[in-house]
Amino acid sequence: MITKKLLLHFPTCETEKPIVYQLVKDYGLMINIFAAKVTQDQEGFLVLDITGTEEDMDRGMDYVRGFGVTIREVDSGIVHDLELCTHCGNCLSHCPTKALHIADRRSMKVEFDKTLCIACMACVANCPYSACTALF
Amino acid sequence: MKTYQEINDKISSGKAVVLTAEEIIDFVDRHGEDKALSQVDVVTTATFGPMCSSGCFLNFGQCTPKIRITDCSLDGVRAYSGLAAVDAYLGATELRINAPANLNFPGEFSFGGAHVIEKLVAGQSVELIACSYGTQEYPRRELRADIRLQDLNQAIMVNPRNCYQNYNVAVNCSDKRLYTYMGQLKPNMQNASYCSAGQLSPLLNDPWYECIGIGTAVWLAGAHGHVHAEGTQHCPSCQRAENGVPSEGAGTLGLTADMKQMSPRFVRACSFKGYGVSLALGVGIPIPILNAGILRRVCVRDRDIQAPIVDYSYDYPMKTGKVLGMVNYEELKSGSITLNGKKIPTGSLSSYSMALEIAELLKEELGAGKFLLSEPLRRLPQQQSVKNMPI
Ligand code: SF4
Ligand code: SF4
Repeated sequence: MITKKLLLHFPTCETEKPIVYQLVKDYGLMINIFAAKVTQDQEGFLVLDITGTEEDMDRGMDYVRGFGVTIREVDSGIVHDLELCTHCGNCLSHCPTKALHIADRRSMKVEFDKTLCIACMACVANCPYSACTALF
Repeated sequence: MKTYQEINDKISSGKAVVLTAEEIIDFVDRHGEDKALSQVDVVTTATFGPMCSSGCFLNFGQCTPKIRITDCSLDGVRAYSGLAAVDAYLGATELRINAPANLNFPGEFSFGGAHVIEKLVAGQSVELIACSYGTQEYPRRELRADIRLQDLNQAIMVNPRNCYQNYNVAVNCSDKRLYTYMGQLKPNMQNASYCSAGQLSPLLNDPWYECIGIGTAVWLAGAHGHVHAEGTQHCPSCQRAENGVPSEGAGTLGLTADMKQMSPRFVRACSFKGYGVSLALGVGIPIPILNAGILRRVCVRDRDIQAPIVDYSYDYPMKTGKVLGMVNYEELKSGSITLNGKKIPTGSLSSYSMALEIAELLKEELGAGKFLLSEPLRRLPQQQSVKNMPI
């Protein structure tokens, strides 16, 4: 069994088809959704952790790709722009998973571990310099 | 004992020994005070953080026919023009004309004076719209132009209050989220926000304003500027620890420098949801090691600097003066503090990492003979408190 963090981007939202249900039922995958959003332009974004065997996962992803969906691995849709980040640390006490953290307390530089990010958007609402943004 | 002149001579000949306010601590630990006193000439201090009381004087140059501007805006942000013909003062916290502010609380505050300043320093053009009542020698009544920093005659940053000596640690004792200039404060003290570079911060290394006074040369966002006045609300008569280091706001500096010499990396607009716009600036100030007392004071460490924990839901707005507890910067920088047995995660607004970078840059400039010290023309007040408004 492996777990992957994925960002699924639906170019046009497949609202009629219960894709997640199929992934669970037909492909035996365990799914933990962190964020889901449909934009005004009917684009869909889904941030989730998927757990299953590698084989089931591959089959499941082929099924999803069949809808024209792009799959980005280890991506929560949150972008931490190092050009804009001042390493002030204001986001640290707002990030619930420590995805934004200080690795070295001498340099006090803020780092982003995207494997831990659950797309809660707290950093997006808190960063005074707009260094944290969401793709959706 | 060294003099400013001796140190400047060494800087000019590229022989000055310069350390950052962080490095000097290790140096003294390792080699002792005597060796540090004889070997080290200058210690660089620095800070980077939002400094709301900032702004700039601009001179746009005249047009044909001439105008005496009475009202103007830059990218929709009003600049004060109750000055001579084409002069204006743009304040960092000014919002766009008709900005919704906090109409839909909490407001976003995505653009203001600080953003215009940031754009100008980054070399981008901004739209100037100006009008006038017209006079015989200044007949023009309106204009619109795209201007860039390089087109202006002068763009002089003049900041009434920068570099707070120390600052509050903000918490929220209420059960509602607060949107403040210290960032968002979660209910029931779920986070604490501080804002100081601690052991690197200029005035914490010179607690009695011995070396930093009016006329002191400073590095302001890459430009060579100076202290032009005591900062507004300069309040040296405050609580101090045994080492003389203030354990509350205390001193402030009025700083000025030419915006045309600034680097965009250290001039950064920021938006605080529910509060407003501010400008983050990088400041570096060199401290000459003239005597043993000064050396001892620049060796101040994070753990020797105390800051007061203040409730921003009631005590701060109501000015009760109540302090919930004291913490030092070593604790604050560790990622959490403990208050009455409760562990509170900390976040900062001042960037220690950028402050380190600035202290290093200033050290390089001093080492290469590109930055000279200036002896203060006058000392800042050492006894003075803040007055309240008589209402
Ligand atoms: S709040 Fe923004 S600028 Fe500050 S450390 Fe976090 S991401 Fe960087
Ligand atoms: S979106 Fe949430 S979990 Fe991800 S980095 Fe931002 S605050 Fe942390």
